[in-house]
Amino acid sequence: MEAAATLAHARRRMIATTGIVLAVVIFFAIVANQALVASMLIAVFGTARDPVFPTPLLDLTPQHIAIVIVSSALTIAVGLPLGIWVTRESGRDFRDVVSAGVDFGQVFPPIAVLAVMFSAWGLGPAPAILALFLYGLFPVVSGTVAGLEAVPPEVIDAARGMGMGNWRILFVVELPLAMGVMLAGIRTSVIVNVGTATVAAATGAGGLGLPIFTGISTENIGYVVEGAVTVSVLALLFDGAIAVLAMWLAPESSLD
Amino acid sequence: MISLEHVTKRYGDRMAVDDLSIEIDDGDVAVLIGPSGCGKTTTLRMINRLIEPTSGRILIDGTDAATLKPEELRQHIGYAIQSVGLFPHLTVAENIATVPKLLGWKTARIVSRCEELLALVGLDPAQYSRKYPRQLSGGEAQRVGVARALAADPPILLMDEPFGAVDPLNRDRLQGEFLRIQRDLKKTVVFVTHDVDEAIRLADKIALMRDGHLEQYDSPEQLLDHPETKFVHDFVGADAALKRLGRVRVDSVMRTGQATVRADQPDAIEAACASESRFVYLVDADGVLVGWIDSRVLDRGTPAAEAATRVDWRQAAVRPDGSLKEALARMLALGYRSLPVVAAGGRLLGHVTLSDVEKTMEGGDAHLADHTDNEAGSIGGGGE
Repeated sequence: MEAAATLAHARRRMIATTGIVLAVVIFFAIVANQALVASMLIAVFGTARDPVFPTPLLDLTPQHIAIVIVSSALTIAVGLPLGIWVTRESGRDFRDVVSAGVDFGQVFPPIAVLAVMFSAWGLGPAPAILALFLYGLFPVVSGTVAGLEAVPPEVIDAARGMGMGNWRILFVVELPLAMGVMLAGIRTSVIVNVGTATVAAATGAGGLGLPIFTGISTENIGYVVEGAVTVSVLALLFDGAIAVLAMWLAPESSLD
Repeated sequence: MISLEHVTKRYGDRMAVDDLSIEIDDGDVAVLIGPSGCGKTTTLRMINRLIEPTSGRILIDGTDAATLKPEELRQHIGYAIQSVGLFPHLTVAENIATVPKLLGWKTARIVSRCEELLALVGLDPAQYSRKYPRQLSGGEAQRVGVARALAADPPILLMDEPFGAVDPLNRDRLQGEFLRIQRDLKKTVVFVTHDVDEAIRLADKIALMRDGHLEQYDSPEQLLDHPETKFVHDFVGADAALKRLGRVRVDSVMRTGQATVRADQPDAIEAACASESRFVYLVDADGVLVGWIDSRVLDRGTPAAEAATRVDWRQAAVRPDGSLKEALARMLALGYRSLPVVAAGGRLLGHVTLSDVEKTMEGGDAHLADHTDNEAGSIGGGGE
């Protein structure tokens, strides 16, 4: 019976993985085909004004993805250890301070961070990456803390009572059990990041925000739609990719 | 041997454990018992240093536990707790393998040890090793918890209300199995419970605690018969005599040599009833109990086949390793003055009578007497 469940899980996982790979391939096939994108936009908005943004999507999308990946990687690299630390003996006293801090990071508008950092760092992707990093920290840290705090205390007590050290308890018991909730936090953070990364265009870092900002200032709705739709689909693809990753990483026993 | 010497644990102003000194001999089951907050769990957790004592020493085979590395100390002391604490993301086999892995055992040795332990706690290895904890019943999870605690064959076992979270029927079975396993393994066990009956059934020595200090540390018999304080007397309850029955095994007062015949041989039944025994037990070809005959009924001219009381051995018999308390309860429930004793599978071994139970309860040495049955008519068999 449990063997059958494992098999069903493995099958679902293979189907989901194939699905997301196909979706990514189709997405890039469309993005790469400037003529197809143009004909779709012209079909909707007509040719009264040119609705197709001059920089091709195939240039803008990789810029956008690069900003998302760098800022999210930074968020995870800082957020996970921070979340782990405040649930340890040594960091427990800082739990409230840290959660207030990351809370503030999220309520502080990224565009304001951008404005402040622009004056210090000037043009380029750096101000955007910092803004996105601060903005995305909250779901990662709170997901990590929630996941670790949900590990049943008797399980940790049993582990300690059998002679496991703190590090071993963390890696063998706590993190695997917290993985599901932690990944949910990361997923939220990354998806929000994909949309918010459009602000990067404001400091000249490019990305899919560029057609949107240009469209707004030149009152060309075609540009706005081109950028916005691509960003939305990209966000869905990231969401799907992380969901599939979770199927590979999260322990089987947490599934029904 | 585990020696606690003037062990004290203080939390702020509160004394959780107050100057406790006890010695636990090798191979003994020492039960720590008392009302909530009496310090019994704190005491247990100080032995493997999950809690550090404020003062005093804990010696394990003469070595001060405080001088050992906590992780190493714990790897050599089995630990089983009420909520089991199985790792939900690991299989049963992986859970049991925890300490052997910490100790660096080879995979083949771990695998065979897991199978051995599952069999020991009464779970089929083929069926259970690859299950996850969420697929187990409460009783099965407790068994796996005990198997995990025994995994590296530690000489000492700490058990904190290990059967506390299961229903009474399962608890009774788990206690029976614990005694069976303990008879073979002879571990030094420190066992925490708040259930007096459990303590009396399992303990070689009981440490009754109250508000952090020791009220009495004695064998269950001594505790029941000679409580040193009013608190001990009140705690063990007014039914001390009844509780003592919980410690006496059925086979220690069982009578053998009863009249027995094969149920499928009617002539033999007639013949047996002519003997001086009032009750004749009926068994099938394999010796499995199927019923009995009251010869007094026969005297009134009823044919033997009709006079037989047919019974299911699962309901009307007791097991030799059951307690006399259990046997008495069953006699009262069924209204019989004696019960057949059967082995696993229902094979008739002997019988136990109400009068022998009474003699044991009165503190006599009835259970030490020779019980080969030769007194005609003295063995009240069945009858309402």
